[in-house]
Amino acid sequence: MATATVAPHDEAAHEHHEHHDNFITKYIFTQDHKMIGKQFLITGMFWAIIGGFLSILFRFQLGFPEMSMEFLRPLLGGWIDESGALDPNFYLALVTMHGTIMVFFVLTAGLSGTFSNYLIPLQIGARDMASGFMNMLSYWFFFLSGVIMFISLFIKTGPASGGWVVYPPLSALEQAIPGSGLGMTLWLISMTFFIVSSLLGGINYITTVINLRTKGMSFSRLPLTIWAFFLTAVIGLLSFPVLFAAALLLVFDRSFGTSFYLSDIYIGGEALPNTGGSPVLYQHLFWFLGHPEVYIVLLPALGITSEVIATNSRKPIFGYKAMIISMLGITILSFIVWAHHMFVSGMNPFLGSIFMFLTLIIAVPSAVKVFNYLTTLWRGNLIFTPAMLFSIGLVSFFISGGLTGIFLGNSAIDIQLHDTYFVVAHFHLVMGSASFFGLMAGVYHWFPKMFGRMMDAKLGYIHFWLTFTGVYLVFFPMHYIGIAGFPRRYYSWTNFNFADMYTDLNMFVSVAAIITFAAQFIFIFNFFYSMYRGRKATLNPWRSNTLEWTTPLYPEHGNWPGEIPTVYRWPYDYSKPGAAEDFIPQTVPLSATPESNLPHEQEMVALEMEIMKDESEVLVANESKH
Amino acid sequence: MYGFLIGVGVLLLLSIIWMVYRIQTLVSVVKGSDKKIASGSNKVNAILFVLFLVGTTILMFWYSIKEFKNYQLPIASEHGVVTDQLFWITMAVTGIVFLITHVLLFVFPYKYQYKEDRKATFYPDNNKLEIIWTIVPGVVLAGLVISGWMAWSDITAPAPEKAHVVEIMGYQFAWEIRYPGQDNVLGDYDYRLITASNSHGVDFTDKNSIDDFPSSKVVIPKGEPVLFKIRARDVLHSVFAPHMRLKMDAVPGMPTRFWFVPTKTTEEMRAELNNPEFEYEIACTEVCGRGHFSMRKVIEVVEPEAYQKWMVEQKSFIQQNPALAENLNAETKELAEIQISKSKK
Repeated sequence: MATATVAPHDEAAHEHHEHHDNFITKYIFTQDHKMIGKQFLITGMFWAIIGGFLSILFRFQLGFPEMSMEFLRPLLGGWIDESGALDPNFYLALVTMHGTIMVFFVLTAGLSGTFSNYLIPLQIGARDMASGFMNMLSYWFFFLSGVIMFISLFIKTGPASGGWVVYPPLSALEQAIPGSGLGMTLWLISMTFFIVSSLLGGINYITTVINLRTKGMSFSRLPLTIWAFFLTAVIGLLSFPVLFAAALLLVFDRSFGTSFYLSDIYIGGEALPNTGGSPVLYQHLFWFLGHPEVYIVLLPALGITSEVIATNSRKPIFGYKAMIISMLGITILSFIVWAHHMFVSGMNPFLGSIFMFLTLIIAVPSAVKVFNYLTTLWRGNLIFTPAMLFSIGLVSFFISGGLTGIFLGNSAIDIQLHDTYFVVAHFHLVMGSASFFGLMAGVYHWFPKMFGRMMDAKLGYIHFWLTFTGVYLVFFPMHYIGIAGFPRRYYSWTNFNFADMYTDLNMFVSVAAIITFAAQFIFIFNFFYSMYRGRKATLNPWRSNTLEWTTPLYPEHGNWPGEIPTVYRWPYDYSKPGAAEDFIPQTVPLSATPESNLPHEQEMVALEMEIMKDESEVLVANESKH
Repeated sequence: MYGFLIGVGVLLLLSIIWMVYRIQTLVSVVKGSDKKIASGSNKVNAILFVLFLVGTTILMFWYSIKEFKNYQLPIASEHGVVTDQLFWITMAVTGIVFLITHVLLFVFPYKYQYKEDRKATFYPDNNKLEIIWTIVPGVVLAGLVISGWMAWSDITAPAPEKAHVVEIMGYQFAWEIRYPGQDNVLGDYDYRLITASNSHGVDFTDKNSIDDFPSSKVVIPKGEPVLFKIRARDVLHSVFAPHMRLKMDAVPGMPTRFWFVPTKTTEEMRAELNNPEFEYEIACTEVCGRGHFSMRKVIEVVEPEAYQKWMVEQKSFIQQNPALAENLNAETKELAEIQISKSKK
């Protein structure tokens, strides 16, 4: 073990002398985890703008159904018909693409891709990921997947339009909807590359966390961010292959005449030869990924929040172990709740009962997390950095959206609410907005580390308050619309008496959505302006304990110019009684802080001294080898 | 011209915002407040959280009460009463949790905002608390789950023998209705038999299908169990009757079902809502293509006597189109001819 920890030090020393980056190896085909993280971030931001913009387009339709969309003709061309109305097929394409882009490209790649890459080596004390090359491949497969999806937006028959879940037979039959032609083929190809990217990334994250932790960084001293990224990667590794299987069978059904999902279909004036398939099979396979996917986007956000809230409350996170246990619980349970998306799909109602029980169990660890966040705030000394504001916002969304999950997880109540706007409100709060706020908190918090400069706090505050109120004004009213029974993915509701109301509320939601979307440009401006003109950051601007703040302002590939620091304590020693400062970084030995050590820590001091002595002997031996 | 003016206006606005931004940045540098751990904004943000809490709470209660009649659809089925009761119980439980947690979440920032002379309390864990707030939600959720599970088991139990059968078939983009006729047994069907004149693909060699009849709307009797047999012809659809609290996917190749007891006739509901135009409706809630938003079917709930009377008046497929009976074998053909002759009387 001793050799294993020392070896990377050795390697890095060589790297410093020999490594000369040119533009391509530094910014494009880079193997530096920090640059790859930034690549994911910038790409994620690009997709967030596209995904958000698509939602604005369909909010125009929903909020102002009578309005002429003529002004969009330069952009949408033939998708605006002669009378100036949006094409209903394209409306479905917009909804589908908004979902796909936001879930996979923004909240999976943009969030997990960015921060797992950026933070794992920095916070565990590693020079880089276990395999820099695989890491690079992971980004470029994601990029390729994005290019294909982007192209699919512009083809004549339109992109995939069967909803982001792409249920067959709709997604399998070109006769059913034009988007199921070339658009769907491109969707499937793009998702295949995306899955490859996720798996390459996930294997790397897991390997790195297990193998490359610095000396002293035991699992019980890992920051909660790393725990979250680690468990996220585990979930992704186990569930994405199932999506690949589902997609592959769909490819076979679409192109090679198999009948995995197709049976007894009469469409376009002819009876298809397929028999014996089951569309419900696809739903099982899809949601076997689809539900864990919710936690793939949420757990990293919760991890980031734990870190940010603890730092800015100047208090240890409350219940560190309980937080880890609840994340483990969520990880395991996330695999056995998938069929709660299918209570009324026609599957056996007995299965519905089982999944109802399992689903409501998963609410318990989520509740524990919320209570722990609240207790962390309690009697803290709170500093409202923009990151802190976004973290508090996340907790609020997590509560609001989580509670509505209790309705939907109850199959008897779900009969009425399934596929209504209640569901839309639920998942946009708990999964969409909460994860998005986690992403924002992460960017504001680690921007100084990423670019060596500070983002403007005041613009951050404006961005937060506009977005926070905006999100609630968009999604809270949807609960009312949902309880009233308005179905999802409807181009217009005027065909039905029961839904021929709330035009005012829908208009309100659309206006709120447009303002919220516009407010994101404050962030975009702040981000790019601060990158070049922001105030120079100090080495540890938030006075945080974790390892990344011990690196230089502009860390090179390899992160630490000299030895990797050793870790002597957990990352949450904030406001420890007796300590002079209100934070003690992980690199400060217990022996250096006798005034603040707790009794059991005092006992460990002797052991620590012994280890430090061994370590210095090894170092001396290494030096003499050179 | 207007476009130009708007453009100039936006530019002006942006430049003003820009100047304000620059000035406040420079002022904060001069005052040295950017070096402080927590600037004056800390207090502003703390206050904003409380204002947000108060403002949104008032807004939420005001709108929820004002709009109650609009979003709470009247219930017209027996199980709907149960599921709505569960809904509102869950609403009460979660509503309390929602309010308490949010009061704490937004008051703590105000109460514990940064003060230089104070130190946060070092309070890393308390296993007792963790256990309490694992068990309490667990118990509450168990209560909700068990009541939900009992309701769910009742709703999804097999339909009573005497339930009136109605077949609903979804296709792009409408529903078609088939009644089993006097025998209350639907005839077989096969999707390969679908033609322009036999859109259901009914297999008329099956004796049970001879008296099956189509209908332009779903007519069902009040107070008696009704069984919807649901299927789809092309892609997934989903039968959603909001007032009946009923939803079930229509799946090609896999027939599904949902049974319920309607409790109010259309006329009664019209009187109750004071809306002579009122109709019970079926909508589609599984995305199915271009016309997804227009798959409307009307349900008419009538008194049982009126229902029986209506049944007798309906003409079977074969009566409407005798050509359907042409290629049948002797025995079924005879039955078919009896049917046809009945309608001629």
